[in-house]
Amino acid sequence: MILRRPFFWIILLVAAGFTYAPLHGNNVSLREDLILIAIAIILASNLNLMIGYTGYVNFGHIVFYGLGGYIGLYLTTVRGLNLVLSALVAGAAVSLCAFLFGLAILRLRGAYFALATIGILQAVQAFVSNFDPWGRSTGMYLSFESYRPLGGAKHALWITYFLVVAVMALSMTVSLAIKNSKFGLGLFAIREDEDAAVVLGVNVTMYKAIIYSVSAFLPAVAGTLMFFKNGMIDPSVAFEYMLSLEGIVMLMLGGQGSVIGAALGGTLYEKLRSYLLTSPVLSNFHLVIAGGLLLLVVLFAPGGLIGWLYRLVPRARKVIE
Amino acid sequence: MNNLLEVRGVSKRFGGLVAVSDVSFKIAEGEILGLIGPNGAGKTTLFNVVNGVYKADKGSITFAGKDITRCSPDKVVHFGLARTHQIVKPLNDLTVLENVTVGACFGREYLDMSAARKVASEVLQRVGLGDRADMMARSLTIAGKKRLEVARALAAKPKLLLLDEVLAGLNPTEIATMIELVRKIRDSGIAVLMIEHLMQAIMSLSDRIVVLNLGCKLAEGRPDEVVHNPAVVECYLGFPDAVHKLTLASKLTWRK
Amino acid sequence: MSGVLASMIDGVLVGAVYGLAAMGLSLIWGVMDVINLTHGAMIALGMFCMYLLFTASHINAYLLLLPTIGFGLVIGLVVYWMAVHWVVGRSMLMSLLSTFAVNMMVIGIGTAVWSTSPYNVNFLLPGITIGAYTFTGNHIAAAISAVVIALALQFFLYRTRTGKAIRAVADNRDAAELMGISSTAVLSIAFAIGIALACTSGALVSTLFPFTILSGAVYQLKSFVVTILAGLGKPFGALVAGVLLGLLEGMVTPFIAVSWIPLIEFGLFVVVLVAFPQGIFGKRATT
Repeated sequence: MILRRPFFWIILLVAAGFTYAPLHGNNVSLREDLILIAIAIILASNLNLMIGYTGYVNFGHIVFYGLGGYIGLYLTTVRGLNLVLSALVAGAAVSLCAFLFGLAILRLRGAYFALATIGILQAVQAFVSNFDPWGRSTGMYLSFESYRPLGGAKHALWITYFLVVAVMALSMTVSLAIKNSKFGLGLFAIREDEDAAVVLGVNVTMYKAIIYSVSAFLPAVAGTLMFFKNGMIDPSVAFEYMLSLEGIVMLMLGGQGSVIGAALGGTLYEKLRSYLLTSPVLSNFHLVIAGGLLLLVVLFAPGGLIGWLYRLVPRARKVIE
Repeated sequence: MNNLLEVRGVSKRFGGLVAVSDVSFKIAEGEILGLIGPNGAGKTTLFNVVNGVYKADKGSITFAGKDITRCSPDKVVHFGLARTHQIVKPLNDLTVLENVTVGACFGREYLDMSAARKVASEVLQRVGLGDRADMMARSLTIAGKKRLEVARALAAKPKLLLLDEVLAGLNPTEIATMIELVRKIRDSGIAVLMIEHLMQAIMSLSDRIVVLNLGCKLAEGRPDEVVHNPAVVECYLGFPDAVHKLTLASKLTWRK
Repeated sequence: MSGVLASMIDGVLVGAVYGLAAMGLSLIWGVMDVINLTHGAMIALGMFCMYLLFTASHINAYLLLLPTIGFGLVIGLVVYWMAVHWVVGRSMLMSLLSTFAVNMMVIGIGTAVWSTSPYNVNFLLPGITIGAYTFTGNHIAAAISAVVIALALQFFLYRTRTGKAIRAVADNRDAAELMGISSTAVLSIAFAIGIALACTSGALVSTLFPFTILSGAVYQLKSFVVTILAGLGKPFGALVAGVLLGLLEGMVTPFIAVSWIPLIEFGLFVVVLVAFPQGIFGKRATT
């Protein structure tokens, strides 16, 4: 049924592009650029499920990514589990935690929920910084041994890249599928008017907890993959508050509520970010520019770039989701 | 006829304020029961208790034989009890069709998307919003939004429909159309419990009327009986002439 | 006197400052239903304001609170007209995001200007020694300043015309407008006062501990906890709740590593939100 949505084929096309572009001529620097964009798209797409579809702002979204990274890295390094399995187990574990936590904090509405998510991020970071088996504030390091099952470090980097691209395609596909499903319609109803949704028969408590845990799964899997690739993890890079914030900017910039909005915002912002970070003058103002961009979007174009497109060409809604 | 809804001794208080006090009544299948009373009498609160938005402090509510006193609103809809709101709650950033599809998806039949969309289209035609199916809900007029509320509730395939001041804010033509719609709903086998202030409308539509005042049930009976009840006249209807006019209205359009 | 008791008294003193910060947050939240996510950044700005004033003039830091309040009012007006005015009344998401965006900008500029190295305001008042324990004069003076400012705010809100107008708008904006109160003027003043309170509490903190531009975030979390504890609408309740939080911290710090405190405060935050929807003193605005 999802095969009938034209946008699904666009997703596949994009994934194919990501896969083949750096392969052509063994272009490692392009691969490194693209993997960052893919991660941005993964984070933004899954954040979209909470913010764009359900209307609940998750400021601590990065906690899934970081926690997934920790659990996955622990499983591969210390327990010697293979990468894919570690990633899936990490994803499942973080999802489950999110579901249980979600049942509690999703009783809180709007702003209270947003604040609670910041709290969760800080609490998890504090916990991990003091947790011995995970290296406390020093974190964990991967020995080169761990890359052997994948055919050595160079090979491992390519495999990780393809896995990340797959997760990206999966994130966008999941977004698309939910958007066109009954479950998605229920989420939209919650977003528009939660009290009305209850009265219309939507099991609001369950739905919110489910989407919260779904939005945790793929970022956690991606976290395992990325930190495996980087070879190390510590609390400050795993739970970088800045990344959470940037996820929100990406989403708002591209256009929250649409699949392509998340992808577009992720791509554009990631490009902007790498430009800013390498510019000698502007690198200090990275945060200022991101904030300024967010402010402009909120004040003048709350629907983001895609929202603007939809207003120009209303028919585009059906094809470009 | 079976009793579809039985409300027994229901009370609800908010802190020091007793909003509803020991109210009991029954609704039979296919009946239209009117609920009237001055502002602040507890009518909407009673709706909220029946519907599960508030939990009754005392008393019980039985619907189609099931005890729904402690049920949350989403479960109540699944049993077949749908409601509209006094202040309309359209799902603004969804289309009219999507709004009604929500009702069909999560209502008594809990349909899947494609079946729900079909039901939604059909309901929209029935209430006269078919031509506006693809409009954004936010761009409807107030009359349109009221009809959307009703359509959403109908799409849930209820056995009992709770209408909360569905005529408020409408002009005379719109009122006439809505009254017709309510009659057609009842004729299709759905019982209706409606709160209304428009006396002519409620007198002509209702099979029976319950009068609330200050949270208590003041009177119950056929419209022409209730209208002559001195307590009702004193608290709500006002001057004796109104009684005469309303008696005429109820006799003219009264149908058994 | 046992170490825990001394720690608790210290906590109460610092708690008064938490309360002051929370009053700023609570005022804005209660009046215009906007959750001010610039709060932490404003606290940090207050810290730096005091630092700059003090290093330039070497006047008694507590006297410098007055220009700090002025600074806070001005910054508050700027932020209001930049980001807040346009989102009052729109969805909570929008006001969260717009104040959040300003927060990012301020932190970004602050990091660029002052980096993340710690700063200090080296103004020390003589302490009071009881037995083996010394309570630093700065802690005592900070608590006194916080209470004085809180009382001044209380007076302002209940005894002046502008204050009453603010309370009217907080209660029912439309009704207040119908009575001729310019809600925009009131909202901008209320917001400016809220920011000024945040800056002032930051200025007080700067005399107690070393700080960086990022230090505000910790106090922002504490402010949220305090505001939730106290409920909205009663600024004085925020002061009391702040003292309670300080007391709690005082009871706990001798036994637990400092890095666990945010965890405990977060836990408290969620528990209070779920268990006491009305706060302990006042009302919570419906979100």
